[in-house]
Amino acid sequence: MELCARELAVWRGERCLFEGLDLTLGPGRLGLVVGANGSGKSTLLRVLAGLATATAGTVTWRGNKLESLPFEYRGEIAYRGHLDGLKRDLTVLENLRFHATIWRGRPELESLLEDVALSAAANVRVRFLSAGQQRRASLATLKLGASKVWILDEPTTNLDKSGRGKVIAWIREHLATGGTAVVATHQPDELAEKGALVVEL
Amino acid sequence: MSAFAAIVRRDMRVAMRRLSEAANPLLFFLIVTTLFPLALSPSADELREVGVGVLWVSTLLSSLLALEGLFRGDADDGSLEQLMLSPVPISVTVLAKIAAHWLMTILPLIALVPVLALSYAMPLAALPTMVAALVLATPALSVLIALGAALTVSLRRGGTIVGLLVLPLTAPLLIFGTRATDFGLHDEPVSGPLYLLAAFAAFALALGPLAIGAALRVGVE
Repeated sequence: MELCARELAVWRGERCLFEGLDLTLGPGRLGLVVGANGSGKSTLLRVLAGLATATAGTVTWRGNKLESLPFEYRGEIAYRGHLDGLKRDLTVLENLRFHATIWRGRPELESLLEDVALSAAANVRVRFLSAGQQRRASLATLKLGASKVWILDEPTTNLDKSGRGKVIAWIREHLATGGTAVVATHQPDELAEKGALVVEL
Repeated sequence: MSAFAAIVRRDMRVAMRRLSEAANPLLFFLIVTTLFPLALSPSADELREVGVGVLWVSTLLSSLLALEGLFRGDADDGSLEQLMLSPVPISVTVLAKIAAHWLMTILPLIALVPVLALSYAMPLAALPTMVAALVLATPALSVLIALGAALTVSLRRGGTIVGLLVLPLTAPLLIFGTRATDFGLHDEPVSGPLYLLAAFAAFALALGPLAIGAALRVGVE
């Protein structure tokens, strides 16, 4: 159960973002992607999630290429990027319910909302939430599925101190229960732990 | 199946909360069909003559207006990425979105057609055929427009391009749809063109979502 990248290269026009990148992450392993703005962190994460294709190289999950992932392994890779993936005209609760159905989760929505301090905002449309609250709601949807790999692009952006603590605790818990995580971040110290694989772009 | 229902419900709910946007194609349809009698002569004979064509072309254009942005909202807020990574097959997602928008915007349009047809002095007897032809033609039409919408999902303003891409492909639907309505108007057997429209619908609904899924995959990159 490994997420593997082999000889990965991405070119944007004439510019090479990265080349010859190898990466293997098994259960419980954390990958930290660090680098300056524009160094290709987000692109790498999108490639690892299967949302973008690399110029060269392959990404495999459980030995299968992402483009031809067998049906039973679909949905095991979750990705949260800069867009929060919530419908702004629906309430927080409606959004979470929708994600729970799509990701086939049977979650305790109320305790989850409490966990991210959004209980009071459960019936508020996402449009009226602050940026930090939207980010909390977006990250809460991660807990709805049973994804094995979390690919997170700067998950702590816009979050206050307690929110950051929550996300970091969730990532640690995910790793401790045999999950895999790849996180792009500008504050690697927050997450650094033994055995974390640091990819510098 | 529950995922299909959930996507249909979600899209209908979003459309309900933005009712003014969802109602635009319907108003457009009303205005265009009202402008024709003003530009042409208002005599009943002449209106009956052009009515079929006007109503069909207006339906085509209003549907285009209703569906050209089918995937843009989901692409802008990141829902599309999430739907593509989720365990739900992308063709199911696509089909559910088309179904929701057909119910929300095209069905009210079709419901309005009998009223407008009467104002174009068309005989009552021709209405069932016209409505049947529209019900059979619009699924294939929606799939075609959705394909155009998927191909242009990464463009900020794709509206005109979708029209240029898709409208030529809708010619068969227009031809057989108006033919069926004409036959109904003149009391001739209508089953031929109606069967053909049904065949188009089956073909488009079976293969369209695969093509749309592939187009979306390219679009989110």
